[in-house]
Amino acid sequence: MHRFANPARFQRIAGAVLPWSAAATVLLFAAGLWYALLASPPDYQQGETVRIMYVHVPSAWMAMFVYANLAIAGAVGLVWKHPLADLAAKAIAPIGATFTALCLVTGSLWGQPMWGTWWVWDARLTSVLILFFLFLGHIALTNAFDDATRGSRAAAVLALVGAVNLPIIKFSVDWWNTLHQPASITRLDAPAVDPSMLRPLLLMALGFLFYFITVAILRIRAEIAARKLRTLRLAQSIDAPAMPAGRRA
Amino acid sequence: MTHAIYVWASYGVAAALLIGLLLASWFGLRAREAELDAAGDGGRRRRNRS
Repeated sequence: MHRFANPARFQRIAGAVLPWSAAATVLLFAAGLWYALLASPPDYQQGETVRIMYVHVPSAWMAMFVYANLAIAGAVGLVWKHPLADLAAKAIAPIGATFTALCLVTGSLWGQPMWGTWWVWDARLTSVLILFFLFLGHIALTNAFDDATRGSRAAAVLALVGAVNLPIIKFSVDWWNTLHQPASITRLDAPAVDPSMLRPLLLMALGFLFYFITVAILRIRAEIAARKLRTLRLAQSIDAPAMPAGRRA
Repeated sequence: MTHAIYVWASYGVAAALLIGLLLASWFGLRAREAELDAAGDGGRRRRNRS
């Protein structure tokens, strides 16, 4: 793992992976949208609104996946002080916040026709809202200090503490009596979803995963460039000869 | 199609958020790389003059 945490090596690997992940994102979304909107049948109870699930469920899975990665990056940054871990955490937090916002909005758009309400303070919905606030808190903390290292350390601690929310989200539907339905895909026995609906769901989930890889690579490369820029400007300000007082603006 | 407005609103929000984030990340990377190139050229010119 230490070998891959080198920014120069990351740039080489990312350069090779990026075109493939971008192509996989486009193909998986194209196939996923075809099945989700046209080729899959309406549900016998939910009707056409079942199609919202093909966006809502993958965004919920990805929100939790990104937060787990954020906590891992935080731990690696705190324990081994890898510069790439801090940069990766800073880069992926906005992606996780976007997935969580999408999960909440699409859930609300599904809830209104199916439950008759946009929102309930149910354990699953509330714990996902807390996840959204954790992402926002991470972004705010990272940018709150003039010293980037202090910001990354504070955000990493928040990411690690907030990781306790992940099992709460997953098991909230089992631990409490919630309006949100229990798990139907990630069960120990067979999924309780018909294959004609499972296909678009899995294609969209893979599309979301490759979208995350693509955007994460772009954002981590931007963070590496920003850090190089800061270092370069600092070196130039040290190298620059002191200007005579008369020539100063 | 019953409740079509909710389905299209969901896919519309998803497209807006995902495409928006992708474009912001892409243009952010291009801007940082351009700044880095400009700063690198400026540094080289200063070193050459001295």
